[in-house]
Amino acid sequence: MTPDVPTSAGLATYNFAYLDEQTKRMIRRAILKAIAIPGYQVPFASREMPMPYGWGTGGVQVTAAILGPKDVLKVIDQGADDTTNAVSIRAFFQKVANVAVTTKTREATIIQTRHRIPEEKLTAGQTLVYQVPIPEPLRFLEPRETETRKMHALEEYGLMHVKLYEDIAKNGHIATTYAYPVKVEGRYVMDPSPTPKFDNPKMHRSEALQLFGAGREKRIYAVPPYTEVVSLDFEDHPFEIQTFDKPCALCGAENVYLDEVVLDDKGGRMFVCSDTDHCEERCANGHRGHLAYNKEAAE
Amino acid sequence: MYVAVKGGEAAISNAHRLLADRRRGDRSLPAIGIEQIVAQLGLAVDRVMAEASLYDRALAALAVRQARGDMIEAIFILRAYRTTLPRFGYSKPVETGVMLVERRVSATYKDLPGGQLLGPTFDYTHRLLDPSLLGDEPVDTALERDEPGEPVMRVSDILAGEGLVEDDGNLPEGHVAGDLTREPLEFPMARDLRLQALARGDEGFLLALGYSTQRGYARTHPFVGEVRIGEVEVELDMPELGFSVSLGRIQVTECQMVNQFKGSAKNPPQFTRGYGLVFGQSERKAMAMSLVDRALRAEEFGEDIVAPAQDEEFVISHSDNVQATGFVEHLKLPHYVDFQAELDLVRRMRREYEERADAVMRDAAE
Amino acid sequence: MSLDTLAFAGGFAQPVFEAQAVFRTLMDCMARPGTIGQIAATVTPPAPLNAAAGAVALTLCDHDTTVWLTPKLGASALPGWLAFNAGATLTEERQNARFAFVEKGAMLPNLCLFAQGTQEYPDRSTTLVVEIEAFEGGRPLVLTGPGIRTEEEIAPLGLPDMFPHFWSENRQNFPRGVDLILVAGDRILCLPRTTVLRVKEA
Repeated sequence: MTPDVPTSAGLATYNFAYLDEQTKRMIRRAILKAIAIPGYQVPFASREMPMPYGWGTGGVQVTAAILGPKDVLKVIDQGADDTTNAVSIRAFFQKVANVAVTTKTREATIIQTRHRIPEEKLTAGQTLVYQVPIPEPLRFLEPRETETRKMHALEEYGLMHVKLYEDIAKNGHIATTYAYPVKVEGRYVMDPSPTPKFDNPKMHRSEALQLFGAGREKRIYAVPPYTEVVSLDFEDHPFEIQTFDKPCALCGAENVYLDEVVLDDKGGRMFVCSDTDHCEERCANGHRGHLAYNKEAAE
Repeated sequence: MYVAVKGGEAAISNAHRLLADRRRGDRSLPAIGIEQIVAQLGLAVDRVMAEASLYDRALAALAVRQARGDMIEAIFILRAYRTTLPRFGYSKPVETGVMLVERRVSATYKDLPGGQLLGPTFDYTHRLLDPSLLGDEPVDTALERDEPGEPVMRVSDILAGEGLVEDDGNLPEGHVAGDLTREPLEFPMARDLRLQALARGDEGFLLALGYSTQRGYARTHPFVGEVRIGEVEVELDMPELGFSVSLGRIQVTECQMVNQFKGSAKNPPQFTRGYGLVFGQSERKAMAMSLVDRALRAEEFGEDIVAPAQDEEFVISHSDNVQATGFVEHLKLPHYVDFQAELDLVRRMRREYEERADAVMRDAAE
Repeated sequence: MSLDTLAFAGGFAQPVFEAQAVFRTLMDCMARPGTIGQIAATVTPPAPLNAAAGAVALTLCDHDTTVWLTPKLGASALPGWLAFNAGATLTEERQNARFAFVEKGAMLPNLCLFAQGTQEYPDRSTTLVVEIEAFEGGRPLVLTGPGIRTEEEIAPLGLPDMFPHFWSENRQNFPRGVDLILVAGDRILCLPRTTVLRVKEA
């Protein structure tokens, strides 16, 4: 039997934003329920996407379901627009939805992110879409979905507090530095995705809608605007965020999250903004850090 | 002065160009054709169809070529295509009992109606590298029956005739078969969904789990009641027409494993079943699947759950190689923001440790 | 037009983009309770369902969703229209409905009769689409809760007097409960189950 060999013209043509309409409707229904139950993980029939599971398929599906021709999309990974996976996802949406893209936080209507929340305060017209690898905050305490689902249903979060308290007993600190659990609107304990805990306070009563997509684990959840998002802590060990000793070496920004860059093999280090757009804008406005490229000096 | 590295876009595009170059390889050799892959690497094509859940040999062969022979990558490519296809309807269950068998063996009876039919098997070949395959030596045509074979009786039906094996599935009346590619997973799962997950599951993972049950991690005393490979008709009910139409024939491999069961207060002693059904010719997968299916039915039979192969959540959550490869390989994506957070904490804890150590030294010195 | 032609006509002219636009309005309104959104999509469902409610139906309902209709909607050409344009199946049981549609002037059933979801899966509850007279001119209600900066005020006309009571009962079952999409003309307003509603003191 000779196979019916496909021709390039006979192969798939894809719908606007890649997903078929039925899939979009299914995701849209899940998003509305997620918004109505802040912090609760809505199961959804995640589809295979043309990029691997674990590489942002949940975020991509959420973005594809909400995206329209009037949107302006920004994609960041580790806070940067130019990391390879961010470049790849941005190019995907340019190709399948012909959408306008930007690196400027302020210009974007939808921001898809992995591991960071932009430094600039988000506004009411914006939606932040998080890529989530493990949506279940209790997963590493209890690997079984059947058990964690019961714990959420009964609001039984004692295990999480025990874990955090064991950290304190052992290390003198809560040893969770990213994916730091939060409680949403006094009810659901939620995983903020692996953002550094530095970003947790930005989620609290944010003006922007925050949507979370976990493709492999098939969950969507949401934090509506102006919603209480409180990092778990103890009276004698209050939640605190990371602080950096020095400002950004390029733009001089303080109170921002910094990446450590190794400069040489002799222990040379510098710290620069993880949010590349924030850094570039500050530099353009004349802010200078101690290692900034100085045009006048160069000339 | 420091200038940040830019240019992810160019790097990606150059990497893909290099990939295309390496895929084509030595240009002085002819490119391998899709027809050749279908004809000569048929079992690779079958595995891709099975685990991608899409029966299309040409597209599976294209995926194999595009993936440079990386099977999981090929499965992934074909699945990503499958997910975009519209649904026109749901076919009727295929009737494997009337399969036109090309291979059919039973380990439980020496001879049986329809006989043992070896078919195109590697069994009893001596695994010696064959120099004749280095070139293109003529190959004798196979000896085949003149007339198409009659449907052959299922071995499980022989046992069922005596009431010695449990019924074939026990889902409630009116149960509509689920589809885990359209509905989110929920545990515990009904057996139909579990079988779908296993049919799509990674052959290697199921093989290892099935093997573990044979080595005592949830022993089920399996006998191959029957393995059959052949073609079945796929039919679609047309309510408008009042009858069903045939969409064509597909090749499948079915395994009915017959397992021991002592019986209970409610049930007389009888054998139990493990079931495997896979697209194409894939005996290893169908057999492994039926072992794991039986092991996963532990709770149904009131057996103690003591081994990984019996643990539904563990098995089903980790059987999908497209999910698994994505998440394992995602570790190579940048994680420097999280790592920075950990680095910061470790440095702080070290500082505190050294301060404490210094204090102890000072106290000791005083 | 006969009932039959009614059933086939009147879907989205541009399904992909119109459904996206309607959904974004729904999403914004669900995320910001009290905010009034406008549905620009032009669909013409059979009377008495209003056009905006029809657009919501085609945006969210399909083969995978069961829909409950009031007796009057059920007796209209709407079931055929929904079946043809959305593939949605009807249910008589409010408890099984993913969506429920109530036309203007119809009696709003007690919300607790609809699917509430379970404690484990509170998302499996009914979303009601209810058409009312207007968003102004009724008894002033003050909204607070997620999605609302401080408070929002609405004065919907055409909801039953008992509505604030129904709603507070719905609120008490959290995380279980129904969510509401109110429609008036071409405008919509959403009340997710988290919204706290209080009658404004005169």
